Amino acid sequence: MELQYWIWIAVGISFTLYIAIAIITRASSTGEFYVAGKGVHPIANGMATAADWMSAASFISMAGIISFNGYDGSVYLMGWTGGYVLLALLLAPYLRKFGKFTVPDFIGDRYYSNIARGVAVFCALIISFTYIAGQMRGVGVVFSRYLEVDITTGVLIGMLIVLFYAVLGGMKGITYTQVAQYCVLIFAFMLPAIFISLMVTGNVIPQIGFGSTGFDGVYLLDKLDGLHRELGFHEYTSGKKTTLDVFFITAALMVGTAGLPHVIVRFFTVKKVSDARKSAGWALLFIAILYTTAPAVAVFSRTNLIETVSNKAYHALPDWFEKWEATGLISFDDKNQDGLIQYVADPEVNELKVDADIMVLANPEIANLPNWVIAIMAAGALAAALSTAAGLLLVISSSVSHDLIKKMIKPDVSEKGELIAARLSAVGAVMLAAYFGINPPGFVAATVALAFGLAAASFFPAIVLGIFSKRMNKEGAIAGMVVGILLMLFYMTKFKFGWFGGGTEKDWWFGISPEGFGSFAMMVNFAVSIIISKFTPAPDREIQELIEKIRNPNDE
Amino acid sequence: MNKNETYWKTNLKYLVILLTIWFTVSYGFGILLVDTLNQFTLGGFKLGFWFAQQGSIYVFVLLIFVYIYLMNRLDEKFKSKN
Repeated sequence: MELQYWIWIAVGISFTLYIAIAIITRASSTGEFYVAGKGVHPIANGMATAADWMSAASFISMAGIISFNGYDGSVYLMGWTGGYVLLALLLAPYLRKFGKFTVPDFIGDRYYSNIARGVAVFCALIISFTYIAGQMRGVGVVFSRYLEVDITTGVLIGMLIVLFYAVLGGMKGITYTQVAQYCVLIFAFMLPAIFISLMVTGNVIPQIGFGSTGFDGVYLLDKLDGLHRELGFHEYTSGKKTTLDVFFITAALMVGTAGLPHVIVRFFTVKKVSDARKSAGWALLFIAILYTTAPAVAVFSRTNLIETVSNKAYHALPDWFEKWEATGLISFDDKNQDGLIQYVADPEVNELKVDADIMVLANPEIANLPNWVIAIMAAGALAAALSTAAGLLLVISSSVSHDLIKKMIKPDVSEKGELIAARLSAVGAVMLAAYFGINPPGFVAATVALAFGLAAASFFPAIVLGIFSKRMNKEGAIAGMVVGILLMLFYMTKFKFGWFGGGTEKDWWFGISPEGFGSFAMMVNFAVSIIISKFTPAPDREIQELIEKIRNPNDE
Repeated sequence: MNKNETYWKTNLKYLVILLTIWFTVSYGFGILLVDTLNQFTLGGFKLGFWFAQQGSIYVFVLLIFVYIYLMNRLDEKFKSKN
């Protein structure tokens, strides 16, 4: 059957499923809208968290980025998984015991201050908006690539679907659609990975396959290192970045993960404290399936690419090359007119440009898989983008309706009124996100990665100190968050957009890249909070009792 | 020392042990010591590279499940004392 039909069928079936789930699980109270009535099973919550967390970038771009960066790509693998250890051990159980609806809820109550709450709302909105614009763009790109509609139409279709199930179902609807989306996306990612592993190494498990020998008896990684040396690239298994920078980027991504409001809020949805711990474990297990496969896919496709194109005649290349050339993701410019492809590190000689995304997207064709597998890939990529967008949307809408309207502007609002406000702000947020998806400001791509730095620099210290220090007071926490997020914003706008006089790599403070700077800003936040709190009054008896209560899961 | 304090102290002890392992496998083996470990191999993997792209992730998953087990046991113990 024709590929286009398969894709419409796969996308159509999966979208119908999401909408059906949303209708069945629609929310009828604010508790259901914000935290799914706190009745989600830990395994279901684990799957939902995994889908919430893994965005279009994890699904489409990550393996490709690793395949071009080799060892340096490890920052994403360790950074985006290690954060769950921090979540499970330092945050999730206590925030669940605290038992309210949002992250600003915790900050506002623990630091007995609406200023602290306001600062937290501001941080949550900045982080979520930079992130969601990238997701809507991702939806548009997937639609345009697979369904041959233009990006604007793609964004609009995606927007309508998210709008429908997020506005109707709230957290409850989002949770169960995310469970379905996880199943779709993990199946779509693993199937081609397993086939390619079989094709290249004869091993059915990709995680083992990329450490085995190919059919020529040479270890795959040794072969790849050799090819890289030959073509002048740096060796695949060793890095170009400095050790310090790798350390700081990994830390920023880990701590940022643990500080992202749309991830944290998922742990408010389970019944008990022990369930919050359990769902963090399940979430990481479900995420690890994709995250341990991605570096294998990276190695398979990198080797495959080099062996297929390097010094080969252009007219004798396989069909997939021509097909993806049409999308502009791969392009060939025969500089020396010899009809052969020179793919080398030296930009003067190099004739091939390859976009990182192609490493995952073209996999099914490279492995000669049937059309229905490609269709499932399309559904998987959409599932990854939509599930993340929906989770972020909920954070934005609850920040507005709950933290701003209910807690700060109009405390006497009825539950019904708050629910209407929540739905309206979700509608507003989707429209704004769609606008940015269609007209992406140039900085979206740059800021998505930096959203982690912002989360690390603002929320993480305030929450951790709020739980583990009884002495931490509002003055310390507010000062820490404000200094942390402003410092991070300053550094990223300076080096990414050239504000404040701009600067280049050699002007980086201590050689830390903007991506890794979140770790530094986080340390500054910790230091400022602790020093300021030493010189200002300790929190009241009441707050100390609140902390006692959060720490003890047994007295419900 | 009262009951809640003992509970909290035990929890903190678990945290310190587990986070030390967390730090060692990722920042230690995967980053700071990667060149040293790369002199050894595990099948076709250089060991440091394996920790950075595979091993650390497996250990992370394991650590959370160990913590779940330890804390459930601790919770049980303190519930029965009530």
